[in-house]
Amino acid sequence: MSGADILMTVKALLQPVFQALGLSPTLQTVVYAALSAAVVFNVAAGLTTFLVWMERKVSAHMQSRIGPKRVGPFGLLQTVADAIKLTIKEDVRPAHRDKIPYFLAPIIGFVAAFMGLVVIPFDRGFVVEDLNVGILYVVAITGFSVIGILMAGWSSNNKFSLLGGFRSAAQIVSYEVPLVLSVIPVIMVTGTLSLHHAVEYQAVNGWWFTSLRYAVPMAVAFMVFLTSATAEANRAPFDIPEAESELVAGFHTEYSGVKWAMFFLGEYIAVVVSSCVAVSLFLGGWLAPPGVDALFGMMHLPFLPGYLWFLLKLLVIIYFIMAFRWTFPRLRVDQLMDFGWKVLIPIAVLNILLTGLLVLGA
Amino acid sequence: MTDLLLSQIKLGDESPSGTDEYVVNLGPQHPATHGVLRLVVKLDGESVLETIPVLGYLHRSIEKICENRTFPQGITYTDRVDYASAMTVNLAWSLASERLLAIEAPVRAQWLRMIFTELQRIASHLLWFGAFGGDLGAFTPFLYGLRERERILDLFEMTCGQRLTYNYIRIGGVMIDVLPEFVPKCRAFLDYFEPKIDEYEKLMTYNPIFLERTKGVGIIPAETAVNWGICGPSLRGSGVTCDVRKQTPYLFYDQVKWEEPLEYGADCWSRYKVRMNELRQCVSIIRQSLDRLEPGPVEAKMPPILKAPKDSEVYFRTESSRGEMGIYLVGDGTAKPWKSKFRTASFSNLAILDKITRGWKVADIMAVLGSLDMIVPEVDR
Repeated sequence: MSGADILMTVKALLQPVFQALGLSPTLQTVVYAALSAAVVFNVAAGLTTFLVWMERKVSAHMQSRIGPKRVGPFGLLQTVADAIKLTIKEDVRPAHRDKIPYFLAPIIGFVAAFMGLVVIPFDRGFVVEDLNVGILYVVAITGFSVIGILMAGWSSNNKFSLLGGFRSAAQIVSYEVPLVLSVIPVIMVTGTLSLHHAVEYQAVNGWWFTSLRYAVPMAVAFMVFLTSATAEANRAPFDIPEAESELVAGFHTEYSGVKWAMFFLGEYIAVVVSSCVAVSLFLGGWLAPPGVDALFGMMHLPFLPGYLWFLLKLLVIIYFIMAFRWTFPRLRVDQLMDFGWKVLIPIAVLNILLTGLLVLGA
Repeated sequence: MTDLLLSQIKLGDESPSGTDEYVVNLGPQHPATHGVLRLVVKLDGESVLETIPVLGYLHRSIEKICENRTFPQGITYTDRVDYASAMTVNLAWSLASERLLAIEAPVRAQWLRMIFTELQRIASHLLWFGAFGGDLGAFTPFLYGLRERERILDLFEMTCGQRLTYNYIRIGGVMIDVLPEFVPKCRAFLDYFEPKIDEYEKLMTYNPIFLERTKGVGIIPAETAVNWGICGPSLRGSGVTCDVRKQTPYLFYDQVKWEEPLEYGADCWSRYKVRMNELRQCVSIIRQSLDRLEPGPVEAKMPPILKAPKDSEVYFRTESSRGEMGIYLVGDGTAKPWKSKFRTASFSNLAILDKITRGWKVADIMAVLGSLDMIVPEVDR
């Protein structure tokens, strides 16, 4: 059952419900959009639960440990236990906090992260809303989360949080630039900002690594994108805003319970969104690797639906992002900025130049 | 007391960049792996203007207590002076007391002491390796270092029953002879461990991010280091030969072949490299000592009550994992020292922190602290 089939089935099932309720077409679209957003939200939240477990297992095995193994089979329910603990935790708040930003900051961080999921194509036609400004929308939303971090750092009335907030804001804003610049070669070649169309382009013209012309610039763009995405999500080696050995916990020091959980989840969802974008733009989205479908056909094996290929690629990228965290020490904040401005941006700009020449020439 | 210190930090009216200066407490409770060290830091944004270490959070009056304990009883306290490297402090006290009381330990005991001291040095450096990585944000070296350290602690437990505070090296020898399976197990550990050093070097030493964090950071020129009393691997990182085991050899360090690792960069990276090379030297020393181990008694014949001669004093220097560990004992004719004093490496190494972090960033304080291998119980005693 491909993603498109599932969507058609759902639409077919919903039609009589809408008609019974007597909804106008506009209202139908709104309800449908809200429902799809809710579904994606829940799936993403569920995926995050899995990813927290995966991070703990990956980090454990890289460090010669085992990780969670008691709560549920292979420790899979560990995240559930942690979530329950966080919800029943006492909400400790500093007495002299700035009340409104303190309350709103985790909400903004959380919402901004999830909003990026709207344009991700999980399968052909399987997007919440295929905005024709897809990539631009994702990047804009990523920048929006900075506001949440700054609000958290300021309102906590704590020097450590303030320092952490400043560092994080500087970092995210700096790494937005190489993030966008690294995506431009893809836009130049595919001629579209929409993620769905980018994958369709790869469906028609083959994956980037099979293209003699664009393999190199796309590989460079991919690496710059992955590095910038890791920095955007405040993950190691760019996790100076949360440097435990220096600032206790950075901008979310004074948050406990559900409020902290929202920051934590927001970080994971930011990783997921960036990885989804990377998979769609650089790794062929929902497409099976070239030749695999034919091979499956020859061997009379069932085809994997597109969204499962997407999930597989997503997990590979996320595994690498996790492996970064447990391998490298962290960069000092000024070295981090140097790296973003003086290394990544020139590489990305030169890459755009190269791609431009390749598009125009030959 | 703290108010006095804080009042010494004068906040300037306006810093060159037009921003306010502020004072921040790093510690005493700290997620960093350095124990109860409190640093009062005056910052301008990210730049450090002044660092004042506030000591005493781990002061236990060990030196005073030892004045009311007999010489053998004092050894239990030496474990707690530097619990990451307890054998070396045991050794220092034992050798100092033996000098004072005119006792000579038998040959087998001396070799065993060497083996355990060097094993302890490896264990301490492994803990340092993990802590240093953790300070810089690399979480994994901690587990690799501790995994190997567990094997050494198993060897210690097999011999004296303890994993951290051994009370093993005693006046007149060692507490008890090693089990027959100790020597093959020790050799097996060394064979297993030596390639691991290269593995750890592959992970950290030439990692670009690690180099960025440590190369050129915390430079202590050789002359400054000597003037400020830096000792041990931190001083060797500035290119100054200072190993007590080479200068005034004790036990059998002059009878085994080993090198004193030196680096000339004088930055955090050099101090790191010195300790990694020391690991290799320790392995070599232990192998040679195991080869030279002969059967024999492990404890000297001593009178039941050890009395120091009246008006006697001794200052004995040894090389602990962190640098020079010196013990000063004054005898007054009784079984208890009239005065005991521990000259510890971490205490003198800490002094230079303020000087070399001025103008650098907050993150560099952690890098420098880590590279100086600070153990706070040694600082406070």
